[in-house]
Amino acid sequence: MTAPRTMYEKIWTDHVVRDGGGNEPDLLYIDLHLVHEVTSPQAFEALELTNRKVRRPDLTLATVDHGVPTEGRALGIKDPLSKKQIETLVDNCRNNGIELYDISDIRQGIVHVIGPEQGITQPGMTIVCGDSHTSTHGAFGALAFGIGTSEVEHVLATQSLPQSRPKSMAVNVNGELATGVTAKDVILGIITRIGVAGGTGYVIEYRGTAIVALSMAGRMTICNMSIEAGARAGMIAPDETTFEYLRGRNQAPTGDDWDTAVEYWKSLPSDPGATFDIEIDIDAAELAPYVSWGTNPAQTVSVTGAVPSPTEFDDPLERDAAERALVYMDLEAGTPIEEIPVDRIFLGSCTNGRIEDLRVGAKLLEGKTIHPDVHAMVVPGSGLVKLQAEEEGLDIIFKNAGFEWREPGCSMCLGMNPDILMPGERCASTSNRNFEGRQGRNGRTHLVSPEMAVAAAVAGHFVDVREWK
Amino acid sequence: MEAISVITGQMAPLPRANVDTDAIIPKQFLKRVERSGFGPFLFYEWAYDEEGELIEDFILNQPAYAAAKVLVSGPNFGSGSSREHAPWSIEDRGFAAVIAPSFADIFHNNCINIGLLPVVLTDDEVARLTQIAEDPDNLVTIDLEDQTVTAVGFDASFDIDPFAKHRLANGLDNIALALEHADAIASYESTRAPHKPAL
Ligand code: SF4
Repeated sequence: MTAPRTMYEKIWTDHVVRDGGGNEPDLLYIDLHLVHEVTSPQAFEALELTNRKVRRPDLTLATVDHGVPTEGRALGIKDPLSKKQIETLVDNCRNNGIELYDISDIRQGIVHVIGPEQGITQPGMTIVCGDSHTSTHGAFGALAFGIGTSEVEHVLATQSLPQSRPKSMAVNVNGELATGVTAKDVILGIITRIGVAGGTGYVIEYRGTAIVALSMAGRMTICNMSIEAGARAGMIAPDETTFEYLRGRNQAPTGDDWDTAVEYWKSLPSDPGATFDIEIDIDAAELAPYVSWGTNPAQTVSVTGAVPSPTEFDDPLERDAAERALVYMDLEAGTPIEEIPVDRIFLGSCTNGRIEDLRVGAKLLEGKTIHPDVHAMVVPGSGLVKLQAEEEGLDIIFKNAGFEWREPGCSMCLGMNPDILMPGERCASTSNRNFEGRQGRNGRTHLVSPEMAVAAAVAGHFVDVREWK
Repeated sequence: MEAISVITGQMAPLPRANVDTDAIIPKQFLKRVERSGFGPFLFYEWAYDEEGELIEDFILNQPAYAAAKVLVSGPNFGSGSSREHAPWSIEDRGFAAVIAPSFADIFHNNCINIGLLPVVLTDDEVARLTQIAEDPDNLVTIDLEDQTVTAVGFDASFDIDPFAKHRLANGLDNIALALEHADAIASYESTRAPHKPAL
């Protein structure tokens, strides 16, 4: 009998190409390498300079997402630098035999939306991408983490990566979430409790009845923001919900392979009695719809709360950070969250840009119109999400309510394309980062769930979606 | 990657917690496909106002700190995105090391991979160094071999992963190291389960 193991240990062990013996990192095999235009050009260039080849183009998938415009695509990409960056990826993929979902491909979209959508993200895999939100794919019971450009080059050349073993953390969320409390609120609640560096050096496994009850979309939202707690990766055990999601998708196994795969996937969840380096317990009933008030995702309170005073923080650097955040956000301590007016609404991103997010948004919005002072937009996570939404008539609901309906991409999550906040504008955003300048210089970001974003769009200020009609 | 042994130079104090990669290098500068030239955009929105004018009292804009080689900052330095442009911009600006009480994981890996030395000291040690750095004439010396940091009236030692140290001290290329195990990679590939996806 081997000792009980966590899911992360099992997947790690299954991918060791060379055991570093504790003195050196292990060399891990990488099952899937996702590539986008921003963090890859220097890696391809370095490969060329060193006369190295892409080892496994068949385990590499590329798309364009960060810099693509979300309107007027027929006119081409106006920004000459973004245009060049995207063309560079097109060339690199062509020269190296890598499949690319280009801007004109219906499968194009945010890199962390397309993998699951195509069924190429599967349990038990190691998945990397030059992007910190690669943790999203952990929702399937995969070990998925973000890497830098030097590591992108490394994986292109060797399909492997030297890695030191992170520690393990279990976050147990038990109980039932109240209506109106979403996966986004679960992860914001977790980050608020453990802090933006609470997960540094750890792989988090989210467990418990509240996690098991979530759809794959909700699980992805949670794993997506693991990096916002500093974690190396986040993961959730695969189960029937996972298998049902994958069944029949383009890249999912078929026939006998499907049965073998499911059998393997069922062996992955952490064994009973497996121990984690740290365990954290959270009562689902204590979670509420959250709104971030500051400039990091842990600076977040319940919608029924108020902007805190810096004096509430004992740590001098935290206090200083809160002071700076209030100035940047132009907020006064003690202001009730529900009294904060918003100018912009962004519904999208790899956190909340999936079809399920658009469905809940549209359902809440039906028959309503947005506040006259608010400018709102929906940016679907992929071309296929957009298509599906249009088939369901969601676009009509959004447009009738006054939202703009855009083409897929990262858009205002980071504003590398023309979608940015103007200085001083305040945005209710379903994305994952509220850093200074993230959505545009001196733009003010409040992180919320899709439900909370839609309600704010109509009301013109934050409202408690649990009581909103 | 150049080998590192002893780094001696001026410090630039930036005593803030959670300095994120969006602050280190804002997204509008990530569109370049080149590997170099990111230095001028380091901490852009702290260094320049909305009109693009230099903010003179920002630490890196003060002429007295023009020669700074070691950045001294707060905990969780480099949090946020995986952009290697962040350490590239710090390195390109002339820095050889960053000292902080803690670093975000991906940023830390990126530093090791490009040869920018990340040094972890205690909160208290970083606070003292920050004070010492207030006089721009005070230099700091980081000795990688001995794992020590010294400055006037200051002496501390730091931990570093032995393999990371070995790579930094010898300027080793990770890819070349992995390719020494090309046989192990190939043999792993030959046993990979057929149900695993390939495009
Ligand atoms: S949607 Fe935002 S967080 Fe996600 S990959 Fe794009 S820029 Fe990164």
